[in-house]
Amino acid sequence: MIRWFKPIVFLACLGPLARLGWKAYNQALGANPIEVITHSTGDWILIFLLITLAVTPVRKLTGQLWLIRYRRMFGLFAFFYATLHFLTYIWLDKFFDIHEMLTDIAKRRFITVGFTGFVLLIPLALTSTRGWIRRLGGKRWQALHRLIYFSAIAGVIHYLWLVKADIRKPLQYAFVLGVLLTYRIVVWTLPKIRAKKSAALSPQT
Amino acid sequence: MLIKKPADIPSSEITPKSLYLNRRKFLAGTVISGAASVAGMSLGELAEPMTVQANTKVEGIQESSFSTTEKITPLKDVSNYNNYYEFSTDKYEPAKLAKDFKTRPWTVTIDGQVKKKQVLDVDAIMKMATPEERIYRHRCVEGWSIVVPWVGFSLSELINKVDPMPKAKFIEFTTVLDPNHMPGQRTGVLEWPYVEGLRMDEAMHPLALLCFGMYGESLPNQDGAPLRIVVPWKYGFKSAKAIVRIHFTDKQPINTWNKSAPNEYGFYSNVNPNVDHPRWSQAKERRLGEFFKRPTLMFNGYDQVASLYSGMDLKKNF
Repeated sequence: MIRWFKPIVFLACLGPLARLGWKAYNQALGANPIEVITHSTGDWILIFLLITLAVTPVRKLTGQLWLIRYRRMFGLFAFFYATLHFLTYIWLDKFFDIHEMLTDIAKRRFITVGFTGFVLLIPLALTSTRGWIRRLGGKRWQALHRLIYFSAIAGVIHYLWLVKADIRKPLQYAFVLGVLLTYRIVVWTLPKIRAKKSAALSPQT
Repeated sequence: MLIKKPADIPSSEITPKSLYLNRRKFLAGTVISGAASVAGMSLGELAEPMTVQANTKVEGIQESSFSTTEKITPLKDVSNYNNYYEFSTDKYEPAKLAKDFKTRPWTVTIDGQVKKKQVLDVDAIMKMATPEERIYRHRCVEGWSIVVPWVGFSLSELINKVDPMPKAKFIEFTTVLDPNHMPGQRTGVLEWPYVEGLRMDEAMHPLALLCFGMYGESLPNQDGAPLRIVVPWKYGFKSAKAIVRIHFTDKQPINTWNKSAPNEYGFYSNVNPNVDHPRWSQAKERRLGEFFKRPTLMFNGYDQVASLYSGMDLKKNF
């Protein structure tokens, strides 16, 4: 791909943050700005997690192998927005009241599961460098990075559990995530089934 | 704290609303459209919704001793941030979607265990008693709050005129069912029409308001026009909007949110910092316009209703 394409994608990924900043500057975040910031950063975590998870299937299905070069960036942006989302919570919502936060994490299951999803992303962000891939070895690195599946599932459940009655949006995320995870299940199990079948079909003598 | 006498300065006079909104809209429009075209973003996405309706002034409003002296939430927030699921579950949408909602002709059916069953025109109801400005705190079950100068009179005024039978122990309110003009009612998010209810002694409490205006004018559509209930010591969803039926009954009504999630939303739903929503704390609230959260008060600060619930376990009767 062309050299300047990556910086453009990088800037585009910053777009949601720029949009929030612009709106905040113009006092256009509406009646409840903190709620808008919380919901917007939350949405973008899920979107970036889903984009990250879509890279491999899209790459395999379309043959656009260069896409892999963007996967780390998308994953790190998911972590970036997750950090903002978490900061919004501890600063703008709880005002660094540690006691209240600990009660929340223990008592409110949507907070528990959301916090879990965030914590799962931390080792992935830390080991996202080439050096860490080498140090861990490809196999182990890959196994560790499968944590993203659980993080994404936790994120969608977090959303499902926090809404009052309208679960349509969380279900949309759940659907896309379901498709992306199903793809992996199929990719893992199909060759095994085929191998078994061909073993059974092969001539006995 | 702002000490304000509502009778001296009706809130509608404080800011010439249409003027400042138009000016702001113009300024915002020029700046935002320029920048937005550069950034490639849509104007509608960036511009703050500024829905202004041609509301009529309510004449002869009296002040009320029930009013709080707390700072009133700006009209633009109260009329652009609405939980009105009949239109949308997005709080910023009802202001746009309710713009063309027709609130006339409008009648309210009074039925059930009441001597004077009748169908009343909303304009006749509004003339039943002297309109008062009631500046109430309003606390949403989600954890935000506002201070609104409602216009109306005590619900008891209407109840007394229709003569309920002694066996009527509850009163049930039904919101209009109009899926053609209320897009939210075309979804199954809640069961329609919306139903709310009060115990008779709650409904007879002078704080319970039959409301048809705010900020000195008739209610904007997105705030429950033409007629709504306001029960300031209960979570906001108890205050049914756009009501078409007031039904007197001996059975405790099953309110819509209670039906939707019985373990989360009770019949009483009194504001209570000590009884958490199963999924979040109710100890604090964010007053719109304030940065820090403030503690939520028992009965939303309306201690005078406490006697209605003496001897009741409010953890069980949440």
